[in-house]
Amino acid sequence: MAKEMIKDLSLAAGFEEAAPRLPGSDVAWLDALRAQGIAAFRSNGLPTRRVEAWRYTNLNALAKAGFAPVRGDAELDAVPDGAALALGDACRIVLVNGRLRHDLSSLDQLPDGIAAVGLAELLRRSPADLEDLIAPAPEGRDGVLAALNDAFMEDGLVLQIEAGVSVDTPIHLVSIGVPVAGQAVAFHPRNLIVAGAGSRSTLVESHIGLGEGSYFSNGLTDVTVGKGATLTHAKLQDEGAAAFHVALVRARIADEAVYDSFVLHRGGELARHETHASIEGSGAECRLNGAYLGTGRQHIDNTTVIDHMAPGSQSSEVFKGVLAGHARGVFQGRIVVHRDAQQTNGHQLNKTLLLSRDAEMDTKPELEIYADDVKCSHGATVGELSEMELFYLRTRGIDEATARDMLVSAFLSEAVSELRDETLVSAFAERIAGWVEARHEDRTEKAA
Amino acid sequence: MALLEIRNLHVTVEDKPILKGIDLSIDKGEVHAIMGPNGAGKSTLSYIIAGRDGYEVTDGQILFDGKDMLELEPDERARAGLFLAFQYPVEIPGVTNTTFLKTALNSLRKGRGEGELDAMQFLKFVREKARPLGIGDEMLKRAVNVGYSGGEKKRNEILQMAVLEPVLAVLDETDSGLDIDALKIVADGVNALRSPDNATLVITHYQRLLDYIVPDRVHVLADGRIVKSGGKDLALELEAKGYAQFSSAEAA
Ligand SMILES: Nc1ncnc2c1ncn2[C@@H]1O[C@H](COP(=O)(O)OP(=O)(O)OP(=O)(O)O)[C@@H](O)[C@H]1O
Ligand SMILES: [Mg+2]
Repeated sequence: MAKEMIKDLSLAAGFEEAAPRLPGSDVAWLDALRAQGIAAFRSNGLPTRRVEAWRYTNLNALAKAGFAPVRGDAELDAVPDGAALALGDACRIVLVNGRLRHDLSSLDQLPDGIAAVGLAELLRRSPADLEDLIAPAPEGRDGVLAALNDAFMEDGLVLQIEAGVSVDTPIHLVSIGVPVAGQAVAFHPRNLIVAGAGSRSTLVESHIGLGEGSYFSNGLTDVTVGKGATLTHAKLQDEGAAAFHVALVRARIADEAVYDSFVLHRGGELARHETHASIEGSGAECRLNGAYLGTGRQHIDNTTVIDHMAPGSQSSEVFKGVLAGHARGVFQGRIVVHRDAQQTNGHQLNKTLLLSRDAEMDTKPELEIYADDVKCSHGATVGELSEMELFYLRTRGIDEATARDMLVSAFLSEAVSELRDETLVSAFAERIAGWVEARHEDRTEKAA
Repeated sequence: MALLEIRNLHVTVEDKPILKGIDLSIDKGEVHAIMGPNGAGKSTLSYIIAGRDGYEVTDGQILFDGKDMLELEPDERARAGLFLAFQYPVEIPGVTNTTFLKTALNSLRKGRGEGELDAMQFLKFVREKARPLGIGDEMLKRAVNVGYSGGEKKRNEILQMAVLEPVLAVLDETDSGLDIDALKIVADGVNALRSPDNATLVITHYQRLLDYIVPDRVHVLADGRIVKSGGKDLALELEAKGYAQFSSAEAA
């Protein structure tokens, strides 16, 4: 048993002391949830690689860093220019070390029909409204980090899109990690997103970090996409080299609804984005796409589970990444087609380009199909840049470094093109171009 | 001094000798043709001139404008004025033809100490070059060679040549797979670029192309060697008699 758990429990340290100060501490159901969360963490510990869902992602470094819940407020007067995605006049909601900062947010610019409130504020004001929305972590070792979020959840975004509302401008959640001197801070933001029936809206997240210090962001987002609603959910994760970022999104998708997700991973020591999508309705569409860019000793993990529970729905996944240096990438994609989910369409594609011999990719598709009238496919490739393509470009006078960059950008452009909104395509493409350019400069400096 | 001077060139691939002592000299203003049976080493020669990896030059040299060409990287050779039209043009998914051509042209211009063209200037320039080749905006916007028909790929090679204006162009079977009209268009494209300051090396299996692009010299490459050279009539003779005479000469 011990081999499935990391014994270091410092992440739970100070729970008894912190609990009375957490919002909603006088609310019985929440109290019980927190107690259950901390108990689950204490008995299970962080998962080791023997736990299937964490087979390729080693949390030893996370355990060793001795992260503890954040105390006090981080000092930050403004969101640094250019750090978050460039989304024009989107309404901004800013979390600093997991806490909503009204002074940095522009909640007054919320479009009609959309309500955005801080979780902490709601837990104090009207906790009863949240009881049905805050679901407990899954039991067992898989759910340990979510259980930790249950225990320590403090703040986050509660976003409600009214039924029938259609909004083009995205809501932009900016989460900033600010290392605190002398403290290895951990925060556990909890977001609740409810897209009402027939609504159409876009939520974009920018996860950025200040400075090179270490912190641990352990986010949990529950998404409900109502009947006939379309929710586009895009995320940039671009944090400092020592940041740990783990996020779980649980999405419930109703009849005729569309959940359209895209995640770009660019920075951090360890980043994992895990999506559990439950397709509960017919004629629904679930799109989980992403791109990942790794250098140095970065570790980037995309894990998805799609549960097809109703007939006649479709899911598709395209994840493309480029790994340089000693970077490691993981893609685990599980598609479960339940017995009633006839006429399901599920497609999954994972493609990785390795730019160095020391970079590594683990990819694991898993199809579990219990219905008989189903179309499911998956594909995975891991390769290098094509010598012939490089040669062709170079015979046209393009130098080797530029030729490589062109091919890398071309490879990634296919992933970004999965986004259906032009503003998002260009905002994310800009981030990718920035990464390619930074690498180009790195290499030309080294060569000089 | 010849523009291209190949002396006693020996090349092996994975220890297998492919070129076994090639001598070839091309002056500015000239067109040379190389013909020869499948597997003779024609494409290998073109790749060696362009600088592809994976070949070992075990003896001999290639001088371009008097300079040792084997020392240069493929892109340096291109900037020095070399162009290779590939027998099998390479598909580059995700890179549009326009971006590709613009990046290539601007790196060549930079190498010549000229300013880069901006997007508008470039588009005007490339359209002028594309029109006579029957290449429209739609094809310029598509990814390089992806989904092009065989003939479109070959025309796209000639477009690149027209845009990059090389001093020495090596055309490796640019005529293969072209219909008669396209052959005429491609030949016109090549002829339009001919000048006393540049030269062309045409690799082909068919004498027909040489009716349009009339060579000064024709060489027969068989089993890694140039076994015969002559005037343009040599192509006609080959068309009539085939290559059998050379393999028997080989055996003797
Ligand atoms: N990478 C390689 N490994 C092994 N053999 C090779 C390699 N490249 C070329 N060869 C061999 O070298 C010989 C010459 O090939 P090349 O492509 O130069 O012929 P070619 O004259 O262009 O023929 P074709 O008229 O069919 O285009 C062939 O026998 C070919 O199989
Ligand atoms: Mg050939």
